[in-house]
Amino acid sequence: MIRVVLPAALRRLAKIDGNVELDVSAPVTQRKLLDALEQQYPMLRGTTRDLQTKKRRAYVRFYACSEDLSDESPDAKLPQAVANGTEPYLIIGAIAGG
Amino acid sequence: MSGIRVLVGTRKGGFILSADAKRKSWKIDGPHFAGWEIYHMAGSPADPDRLYASQSSSWFGQVIQRSDDGGATWDTVGNEFKYEGDPGQHQWYDGSLRPWEFKRVWHFEPSLDDPDTVYAGVEDAALFRTTDGGKTWKELAGLRGHGSGPQWMPGAGGMCLHTILLDPARPERMTIAISAAGVFRSEDHGETWQPSNKGLVSAQIPNPTAEVGHCVHRIAVHPDRPDTLFMQKHWDVMRSDDAGANWHEVSGNLPSDFGFPIAVHAHEPETIYVVPIKSDSEHFPPDGKLRVYRSRSGGNEWQALTRGLPQENCYVNVLRDAMAVDQRDPCGIYIGTTGGQIYASADEGDSWQTIAGHLPAVLSVEVQTLP
Repeated sequence: MIRVVLPAALRRLAKIDGNVELDVSAPVTQRKLLDALEQQYPMLRGTTRDLQTKKRRAYVRFYACSEDLSDESPDAKLPQAVANGTEPYLIIGAIAGG
Repeated sequence: MSGIRVLVGTRKGGFILSADAKRKSWKIDGPHFAGWEIYHMAGSPADPDRLYASQSSSWFGQVIQRSDDGGATWDTVGNEFKYEGDPGQHQWYDGSLRPWEFKRVWHFEPSLDDPDTVYAGVEDAALFRTTDGGKTWKELAGLRGHGSGPQWMPGAGGMCLHTILLDPARPERMTIAISAAGVFRSEDHGETWQPSNKGLVSAQIPNPTAEVGHCVHRIAVHPDRPDTLFMQKHWDVMRSDDAGANWHEVSGNLPSDFGFPIAVHAHEPETIYVVPIKSDSEHFPPDGKLRVYRSRSGGNEWQALTRGLPQENCYVNVLRDAMAVDQRDPCGIYIGTTGGQIYASADEGDSWQTIAGHLPAVLSVEVQTLP
């Protein structure tokens, strides 16, 4: 299972206590992971990606294995450590005050 | 429950204030959706327990929440606001053109007789409607397609459609206002629209009397006088007696004719309220005194209402959607400030009580008078 860590605002929106585990078929990509996340939690549709273009929202970042994957192709394979659940996939709200 | 419910949208969540019909003792419930901007919460006139909330953030976009039990519990509904066809272009602050891009819902106007039908005014300016309780939203594209889009521009808060007036006697008529484009009116249920800005004068646009481009901050109407409209513009308080076809100024003796909200007394169609603000750029009350001004003559002659409001060192603002009235007799008036205070008057504005003192900056105030 893939582990996903959501920012607190999205955990509250989705009424999630703790982290998320997703079952995503290989090869695991960001697009497939986010599709699975939105399927399991429909209230998160549009919160990390634009609903129509599917582009990452400007103030949202995607990290894993100490790397910033935000600008990677959504169809690129994620690191094996994410795919096998060793390392979590982190969805981060950018540090932007407020 | 019988009484008053005040729906407060703030920069960091939504709050519901409630009181019995005496309007003396208030209970504060919230924050709902903590940490998110709640631009507006509104209740259905046809079912007061049906509420809608616009929840948004710069990080995570737009979420729409719906409650079927008066705000005790909420569920997300549809949040896809897709412009019909080619989005087109509007003016940016520097006069260049840029494409329409959805930012957020500023204002809900629930149908007068169907809890599942709601109009939504959005930024970048457009009008949407749901007829299935918020599951899906469809643009009434005739407004944005009017053809004057390249003359529309954002005000400081963004290019927002902030006012939607429904006419109880003529359901085919709708009136909306956009900052900064002006007033538009439809006589065919929102299919086609015409500008309705004759008489407005705005120094901020190249032609001060242009057909569109005016920064209208808010319009208000009494349901028994649907042809009499009152407007707080970027500067000037205005009035129309022909449903917006022609406007004339009624600023009269106000200390400043700049402001954001305007409201009409629930039982006296010629009694109106504004909150004068100092401008350009200061956007706080003149002389550090928060004063609501009341006219009992439909404008021109105004009286300062101060009892219970801060009269020294007050530098807050009252935004365009942050003043509302209840339906009790005597009529109650409610304002919310950018300093997080909610002030309420249970005597038509003669005296005021602080019913919430330390909320986040208030974006909107709506009042439900419960049966």
